[in-house]
Amino acid sequence: MTDYEPVIGLEIHVQLSTQTKMFCSCALSFGEEPNTRTCPVCLGLPGTLPVVNAQAVHFGLMMGLAFGSEIAPRSIFHRKNYFYPDLPKGYQISQYDIPLCAGGHLGDVRLHRIHLEEDAAKLIHLGESGRIHGSSASVVDFNRGGTPLAEIVSEPDLRSAEQAREWLTLLRVTLRQLGVSDVNMEEGSLRCDANVSIRPAGSAALGTKTELKNMNSFRFVMQGINAEIERQTALLEAGEQVSQETLHFDPASGRLTPLRSKEEAHDYRYFPEPDLVPLAPTEEMVQAARDALPELPAERAERYRRDWGLPEETARLFAFRPELGDYFEAAATAADDSAAVATWVKDELLSRLAAESDPAASNVPPTMLAKLVGLVQDGRVTRGAGRQVLDRLVEHGGDPAEIVEAEGLGAMGDDGELATIVARVIEEHPDVAERVRGGNPKAIGALVGPVMKETKGRADGGEVNRLLREQLGV
Amino acid sequence: MLSQDQVLHVARLARLELSEAELEVMAGELSGVLGHIEKISELGDLDDVAPTSHVVAVENALRADEPRPSLPPEVALAGAPDPAQGGFRVPSPGAAPA
Amino acid sequence: MSDLLDLTASEAAEGVRTGTVDHGELWTAYRERALADELNAFSWVSGEVTPPEVERNAPLGGVPVAVKDLFCTEGIPSQAGSKILEGYRPPYTATAVERLTSAGAPLLAKTHQDEFAMGSSTENCAFGPVLNPWDRSRVPGGSSGGSAAAVASGAAPWAIGTDTGGSIRQPAALCGIVGLKPTYGAVSRYGMIAFASSLDQAGPFTRDVTDCALLFGAMVGQDPCDSTSLRFPEPVGVPSATDLRGIRLGVPQELSGEGIDEGVLKTFRATLDRARELGAEIVDITLPHAPHALAAYYLIAPAEASSNLARYDGVRYGLRDPADDLLSMYTHTRAQGFGAEVKRRIMLGTYALSSGYYDAYYGKAQKVRTKIAEDFTAAWRVCDFMVSPTSPGAAFELGAKTDDPWAMYLNDYCTVPVSLAGLPAISIPNGLADELPTGFQIAGPAFSENRILDAAHALEQAIGFDGSRARAA
Ligand SMILES: [Mg+2]
Ligand SMILES: [Zn+2]
Repeated sequence: MTDYEPVIGLEIHVQLSTQTKMFCSCALSFGEEPNTRTCPVCLGLPGTLPVVNAQAVHFGLMMGLAFGSEIAPRSIFHRKNYFYPDLPKGYQISQYDIPLCAGGHLGDVRLHRIHLEEDAAKLIHLGESGRIHGSSASVVDFNRGGTPLAEIVSEPDLRSAEQAREWLTLLRVTLRQLGVSDVNMEEGSLRCDANVSIRPAGSAALGTKTELKNMNSFRFVMQGINAEIERQTALLEAGEQVSQETLHFDPASGRLTPLRSKEEAHDYRYFPEPDLVPLAPTEEMVQAARDALPELPAERAERYRRDWGLPEETARLFAFRPELGDYFEAAATAADDSAAVATWVKDELLSRLAAESDPAASNVPPTMLAKLVGLVQDGRVTRGAGRQVLDRLVEHGGDPAEIVEAEGLGAMGDDGELATIVARVIEEHPDVAERVRGGNPKAIGALVGPVMKETKGRADGGEVNRLLREQLGV
Repeated sequence: MLSQDQVLHVARLARLELSEAELEVMAGELSGVLGHIEKISELGDLDDVAPTSHVVAVENALRADEPRPSLPPEVALAGAPDPAQGGFRVPSPGAAPA
Repeated sequence: MSDLLDLTASEAAEGVRTGTVDHGELWTAYRERALADELNAFSWVSGEVTPPEVERNAPLGGVPVAVKDLFCTEGIPSQAGSKILEGYRPPYTATAVERLTSAGAPLLAKTHQDEFAMGSSTENCAFGPVLNPWDRSRVPGGSSGGSAAAVASGAAPWAIGTDTGGSIRQPAALCGIVGLKPTYGAVSRYGMIAFASSLDQAGPFTRDVTDCALLFGAMVGQDPCDSTSLRFPEPVGVPSATDLRGIRLGVPQELSGEGIDEGVLKTFRATLDRARELGAEIVDITLPHAPHALAAYYLIAPAEASSNLARYDGVRYGLRDPADDLLSMYTHTRAQGFGAEVKRRIMLGTYALSSGYYDAYYGKAQKVRTKIAEDFTAAWRVCDFMVSPTSPGAAFELGAKTDDPWAMYLNDYCTVPVSLAGLPAISIPNGLADELPTGFQIAGPAFSENRILDAAHALEQAIGFDGSRARAA
């Protein structure tokens, strides 16, 4: 039987972190009481007119530049006409044939377009009780209505649900880094649709695609796409056709249900929004957006590999969690061995801190971690003792050198102290000593432990072995 | 000439209920008006003519991102035909928007 | 009191400033006159017995103004002549009205209109038709018929209305007063209940050209709430010209022959002769695409209207049918709330935008619009103004055209081309044809309002029209 290759494209709606709505001066809403963030414009009252939020355009340009998209020299807004209670004007103001940004890419996935539009309001379902005759009712809350949205559409470059999830993660950190959105899926500030089709592996032709609507967590995106891939595979293997339709994925049941019947075929009757004038980004506007671009995660990871020689995984970790990157860079600049610092941050410090917490806010300032790594690197403290020092630092803070002093954790010099301890241990274990001398060198291991114990881990393992052999004459 | 099916389809898009009688009258009147309107198809080649959607020659009419006070909810809901629980009550829509 | 009502608005304003007129008496006189109106011109008359305070030396001198129903006025019914908005009281006031009140023209009344400004007779008003003060068996024109009838009958010193394809100029002509449709963008549309957004413009109705300039000057200006509004490039002056020396008036054969009533043509030609006597040069021009303007207009305007009127869905305000399923709530609410003409245009516009027809209809109409604008640009090379009859006929009898939509639409034959190009045009009284007023339209390049008003002023003197008979009734 043939195996199939999935072809996946994503369509993401992300709420922009502006102060006010897309076309009116209402402050954005964060769970206020219903209809406390509305005005004549976002309620669609008769006679009102939209005015474009300059900051939303600025954010749109930042995204376009960050993704290497082409900025349209002149784009216009259209009206997308349809009736729905969460749409106060009976149309959504969006961009149609000329989006603000076209093309570009994020990671190895190409972008099709990015355009600006307004969010719909919220429908709160009341259920049967809400209405006479038992039929159900909903209540409209216009607080969210008019929130600025960027619609980001990818090309069908993704080949698996896992890859889709990974790319969404990259997109999220990138948008956060840009500061254009807080991208909080739980609060619905990022919503994702997926176009899914499958084709016989190796074939270049595209299969019939279906659209999965409004999956609002990365996990559901993955589950939904996988479920749809299975469904389509089953159809094709049964010799049936995949029909082009819009589907809703129910995470609870894992089932996919068609969203619209065919005869309700929609006709949005797009036409140029006569209440708005064209958007023609000036050189000043574009430059301002360019100046506002921070270093993006992808670039940052690359820099960590290139300049600091970090392994891929560590570089991505520090780049995708900027607070880790910042901490690492501060510590590494204060130390000689950046690779060692990276390891200590990733393997030792993080495991001692609460998940997702910022190390800069811990008791261990980067400079002190650098100092500790220094002590370990030039052998004045063994790695084991270094771990103990770090425990103290995380608990009470302080200076690693002083802690080593106070707790006598410094590595032992060759002042004969170790030799004395070794001698004593041999005395205390005559039987073991016998076996070693009797031609069983492996038995020596049984003596290393006690020595280490005596030295509270301050002794160098190699040195202990050497002295044992020397004194046992093997 | 518009068929009654076409008129019904358009009425559905426009969310207008038409009675049998209205449907017939509407089909006749629209066809009559379209008969006159068809005259623009007499106009020769307009392919390379740019469409005019704005007569004003302005661009980038942008607003500073500064919040202004919103309406008190009781004012926002003042005209609501069926207010409930601080919002505007409507019969529940079935599926998502067509 | 009656002598008070005989003053033009400018005379009254001057009187208030110089102390010869008491603005309280002026308010009372007009309020009583408005309350006594028998033409159904008003949808609301102020209940204030004492006039709102007006600061001394306010440019409009405390002379009260009547405002078309579709201008939103805070706490005051703003229904756009529609049952679907019956009793609707907005929480805010339109920018144009704000400007008038702050310039010293308190709100006297709201006036009836064709529903959502769709009509040329004000018979499509959910609250009854408005009558023509010259002959009450006839229509005042439309859609701003209430404002026109109010000013013509002396029930208001002046008024404002809106013009999308002729809704200020045509009723002004049919009622024998002055009406100005400004350059698109000169007056803010914020708070004007929309008909066709790319065409709607607010403008004044006045007894004479001087009043027109005064009221217009108080309305213009860019508005941060209207992205399509523009800064008016110069102050609006007081028109003073008494001759037309050096001025070339272009007469397009397309708008001055076929399709125009003989009586209207006679008054038009007579005025052209007077213009010559005043020193004007009359040149023949051509607007080759003007004959297609009406078709383009009746695709563009209904298309925009079908979208603008989608917000009347029974959810947030206005009429609501208590159906239990959403679709029926929508379709019943809109079926009950909208009148026949509005439904017709919503259907026409929805059809013109629907998939498969966009390019053939809406798209094509927008291209014709471009050609019409180019026709005017070409015309301005050979003339200063385009002149024509305002409307092909004088006031017609109530009901005469209600059964034939296209016959009704033809009322805008001469005004629509100017609207599509977004240009300013004025209609001034042009004498009587069979005892009924006719109008003379003067259109010019964008923002030529000052020059248009000057030319209109000179012609007004020469024509010497007497509108007092309509006020005597
Ligand atoms: Mg969208
Ligand atoms: Zn708002």
